[in-house]
Amino acid sequence: MNAPSLSCRGLVRYFGGLKATDGVSLDIAPGELHAIIGPNGAGKTTLINLLTGELASHGGSIRIGRDDVTGQPVQRRVELGLLRSYQITSVFDAFTVGENICLAARRRQGVGWAVWKPLTAYEDIMRVARGVMADCRLLEAEHELAANLAYGQRRQLEIAMALAAEPRLLLLDEPMAGMSAAEGAAAIELLQGLKGKYTILLIEHDMNAVFALADRISVLVYGSVVATGTAEEIRNHPQVRQAYLGDDDDA
Amino acid sequence: MHRNKWAGWLLPLLFVALACIPFVAQAMDEPFYVTFFARVLVYALAACALNIVLGFAGLVSFGHALFIGLGCYTVAILADAGIANGWVQLAACIAVCAAVAVLVGAVCLRTSGIGFIMITLAFSQMFYFLMVSLTPFGGDDGLNIYESSDFGLFQLGGSQEVYWAAWALLLLLALFLNRLRHSPFGMVLRATHINPRRVDAFGYSVFRVQLSAYVLSGVITGMAGFLLANLTAFAVPSYISWHVSGELIVMIVIGGIGLVTGPVLGAIVFLVMEELLKGLTTHWMLFMGPAIVAIALLGRNQFAWLKAGISRPGPMKTAAPRRVAGEAR
Repeated sequence: MNAPSLSCRGLVRYFGGLKATDGVSLDIAPGELHAIIGPNGAGKTTLINLLTGELASHGGSIRIGRDDVTGQPVQRRVELGLLRSYQITSVFDAFTVGENICLAARRRQGVGWAVWKPLTAYEDIMRVARGVMADCRLLEAEHELAANLAYGQRRQLEIAMALAAEPRLLLLDEPMAGMSAAEGAAAIELLQGLKGKYTILLIEHDMNAVFALADRISVLVYGSVVATGTAEEIRNHPQVRQAYLGDDDDA
Repeated sequence: MHRNKWAGWLLPLLFVALACIPFVAQAMDEPFYVTFFARVLVYALAACALNIVLGFAGLVSFGHALFIGLGCYTVAILADAGIANGWVQLAACIAVCAAVAVLVGAVCLRTSGIGFIMITLAFSQMFYFLMVSLTPFGGDDGLNIYESSDFGLFQLGGSQEVYWAAWALLLLLALFLNRLRHSPFGMVLRATHINPRRVDAFGYSVFRVQLSAYVLSGVITGMAGFLLANLTAFAVPSYISWHVSGELIVMIVIGGIGLVTGPVLGAIVFLVMEELLKGLTTHWMLFMGPAIVAIALLGRNQFAWLKAGISRPGPMKTAAPRRVAGEAR
């Protein structure tokens, strides 16, 4: 698996007068799991939207590997292997789990005029889908409609869809949000297994998960990165303690 | 469960029943029935075609009469010019509809929601007024077709021939749509209805998929127009009026959105109801309107069990109605 690096320089995004992203620069090495933490409204999801191209940036540049993708459409970035999961679960409710995952797995071949054979009858796609379903513990739910899944399973499907699309670079937006403790532990295990295979940008509120998984962590406050470093460095960073972990010594 | 099994038989049963109509009509010595049901089948064909964009992709096109009109006038104008070869006419009809659908679709798909409804309506009204004012092609009075389409082996000269052509085309279309629903193209198309942003995030082009569907839909609707021209031996601007576009949508709503056989049932119910009420009173619209409102309000999930059975023949009994709710919005 050839995971590319991801870097951005001086990314800026305004929402009206509000500077939601304020000169963010990041360098994520190939195969690195880079976590972004920060209080609510710090602009974490906005940053992901800028990186995927779903939002246009008002300044700065983005590179995937050696390719400059600044201003390029979403499709071009997906071609380079940039896939994401959503904080707000965005699965296709009217489709089964298997169909959802196959739809993601199909993205390399595209649609063309494949109008006859059922999507789930393509051997190569089903093989990818089965593998992902096994990894994400969704095999039993294959024929279940996404709408009927329990919340935790919907979150797993959300990650599974990003994985099935054969990413090289994954942007995970709070994959564990709302999961139970057991589901969270399973998700950490899953992400542990993905480490090194892909370049991963992880946004997560669960500090245990972040400190257990991340190679490096960046702290985002009011749209700008206030610190980047290893888990140990971040834990002891004075500005971070004040801004995010709370400045109460007893905490 | 036996309900679901029954649903699987509905499509074949429907077509067998429709195949019996010409023989029944002959036995009863009522050839009018063949003409009437040929019209039903032609509209069913158009409604099924519209359902590709409306039901699968959730794009409410309020201008599909445009393509019926294009199909009709292609036949009429070519016949007027002395070209009665059915294959040439059909090829021309497909080419014209495809070209217009690409252009109109490329513009309309820049908008969504109400904007899409209005702009598709605008295009079909433009064509309507164009044909009204083009006196060389009959203008308001329409254009008579003195020589019906000649396909060599057969000629679409009478109601019987048009009936069987429409029956065969509709059967092929229904089989095709049943496959299309679950094919990669169909799945991505339906996914664009549920969450276009996510479809984009997988690198599919929502615009391209929607445009392909619009063109496919336009071409098939044009073929319905082709048959309509031969059935009535006439092409007239009223075929393009927005009433027709609206009626097609009503047929789909009656039969059930997102269901392959829905528009066929809807077309039958709509046109038979219209015919019966017309026979009873001249103020038939007074009764037709409330009836449609009632069907739309009360039967929001009419045929839902049927849809469930067709879309997922398997163990997912409890799950099926949810799928319906998701698709039918």
